[in-house]
Amino acid sequence: MSWNDIVSLVRIALHAMVPLALTAVGEIIGETAGLFNIGLEGILLMSAFTGLLGAKAGGPYVGLLVGMGTGAFVGLLFSVINTYWKGIQMVTGIGINLFAMGFVAFGLIQLGAPGFHDVPIEAELGKVPTFMGAMSPMILVALILPFLVFWFLKRTRAGLMLKAAGEAPEAADVSGININRIRLYATTFGGLLAGLGGAYMSVAWLGLVTKDLSAGRGFIALACVVFSGLNPLLALLAAFIFGLFQALAEWVKTLPSKPIPGQFVSMLPYIVTLLVVSGAIGRVRFPKELGVPYKRE
Amino acid sequence: MSAEKKTLESRLLRGAHKTLTGLSPAIESILAAIVGLLIGAILMYIWGYDPWRAYIALFKGAYGGGYEWASSLARATPLILTAMTFSICLRSGMFNIGAEGQLMIGATASILVAYMALPTPLGQIVGLILAGTAGALWSLVPAALRLMRGVSEVISTIMFNWIGRWFVLWLTIFILRDPARAEKTVSIPVAARFPVMVRGTDLSYSIFVSIAFALVLYFILWHTTVGYEVRAAGLNPTAARYGGIRNKRTMFLSFILGGIAAGLAGATITMGLPPTYAIFGGALMPQLTNVGFDGMAVAMVGRNHPIGIIFAAVFFGGLNAGGRVMQFYGSNPVPLEIVRVVMGAIVLAMAIPELIRIIPAVKKQGTELFGLFKRLRKKNAPKEEEA
Repeated sequence: MSWNDIVSLVRIALHAMVPLALTAVGEIIGETAGLFNIGLEGILLMSAFTGLLGAKAGGPYVGLLVGMGTGAFVGLLFSVINTYWKGIQMVTGIGINLFAMGFVAFGLIQLGAPGFHDVPIEAELGKVPTFMGAMSPMILVALILPFLVFWFLKRTRAGLMLKAAGEAPEAADVSGININRIRLYATTFGGLLAGLGGAYMSVAWLGLVTKDLSAGRGFIALACVVFSGLNPLLALLAAFIFGLFQALAEWVKTLPSKPIPGQFVSMLPYIVTLLVVSGAIGRVRFPKELGVPYKRE
Repeated sequence: MSAEKKTLESRLLRGAHKTLTGLSPAIESILAAIVGLLIGAILMYIWGYDPWRAYIALFKGAYGGGYEWASSLARATPLILTAMTFSICLRSGMFNIGAEGQLMIGATASILVAYMALPTPLGQIVGLILAGTAGALWSLVPAALRLMRGVSEVISTIMFNWIGRWFVLWLTIFILRDPARAEKTVSIPVAARFPVMVRGTDLSYSIFVSIAFALVLYFILWHTTVGYEVRAAGLNPTAARYGGIRNKRTMFLSFILGGIAAGLAGATITMGLPPTYAIFGGALMPQLTNVGFDGMAVAMVGRNHPIGIIFAAVFFGGLNAGGRVMQFYGSNPVPLEIVRVVMGAIVLAMAIPELIRIIPAVKKQGTELFGLFKRLRKKNAPKEEEA
């Protein structure tokens, strides 16, 4: 493994980190407020697709915006069902995932070939040349955002209100915080970030949309959240670790000697996820009212 | 005389009220199905299809005649089992979304029968046993992680789905490959297949495996101590523990039963669904993908009840079978994928516990009936005091 290999490994890892980090940070905001969204996988997939449509219509930035809009809309739908309508959060998430699988497969057929669709070169977000090779500017966003969110959760009044909504909704309600509304904001923003991550995958990174583009990334992001214990900085670290293993898998596949069958290499990120999660459990603590709809007595 | 009449009346009304509230889960499921179909229709309209004609084609293709019914039931066969996987774990308080991976592993294990040259009843039995064991084994690790390390089964089962999918792909490409045709595994020999029930259709006797398993689970859940413990642990784990129920044991048991169900579902596809009786490796296993996920929708619409699931599976099997007809329907060919959109929308609608109250007309009727019942009870109440 030469120096060049290591550099390219880190470069791929940073690219693979972005959707995981964005999604995980968004989920951290939602979980802090007490909503557990397992529909992230579906949001990633749908916004990758709508991001592609937006990018084809008006360029890469429109694509990213459309992706964010899609994510925010699905997040809003999720939170309306689970705050005002007292829905079951797990079931809603499963519904979003199923819907996304059908929606994207259906949409891809409408665009021409079933199964996949390439993003035209002129609609892709350009990569910036750096000392490590061409890098997507979105990496910078993914690196800065967790720090902003960390500051927001720890140092602002709104962050404290979010925490109160997740830990002790009754007390927060008594002190005049509208629990449902604050949860609504949190999950919608979380969905927006996941949408950005999804649009990044199609418009700025891979340059194509397939039926299973998200490939479990929504759940790996959930694993990042579990690992981090709702600390955005640790989530960023976890996202980088998972990105590194994805990059490693890609790298092993390109080796001419093929030491391991490609199928086993493809399992690597998932196995690492399991190991990391089972090691992290026990030392992290989650909000008391996570996953429980708030009902006024 | 009049008092007697009134009590009879009130008793009748009370009975009606009871049956209506008892039916309300079914009504909610039907309502959710309607909402899902409507959302599907809106999407079709946006993409420029005629939803009305598409649905006519779909339902004609699903339930239009004997052939169509057979094809719907054939699609329902594995769905019943994967729905059981989800629902039994939900009954004990867990979200097991690993049916997809367990099904693939089970299907692959049943292929092993092809190497064994067994006579007719034995081949099927060995195949089912292999598939069920493999499915149970594949659910063992997520179960152990949940019980020993507290890892959320949502994450671990999804990871195992992906690991299983790659593992099965590797097996089909390198180990179980058909020497004559590289793109698929060896086929299950005729002696070990489930014979086709109605000639010319793909409905085979494997549907009895599904129904029998559903009935066995129904019996276990509602007529044995173990089943009672599973249900109690799911309703309120703390109370169940105080009541002397070992939660970990019930969780483990429901995981294993779920794994067996999913593995059997895989076997019903490889051994009972014409025409291939094998797994295709190249195109990411089209017969096997999404059966596990669809099962979750079936479980939800079937209200996690084995009998409800059978009906829901026939509905979703019909959607799948009818979708196949719809996508080749003359001037209005809607892709099959719209069916999964409808399923997702149905599950979303099912997530809202008081869906019935969101629709005002239904709400009005409900309150009217309830009000009538209340007034009647009020009228009767003072008389009882006097007496």
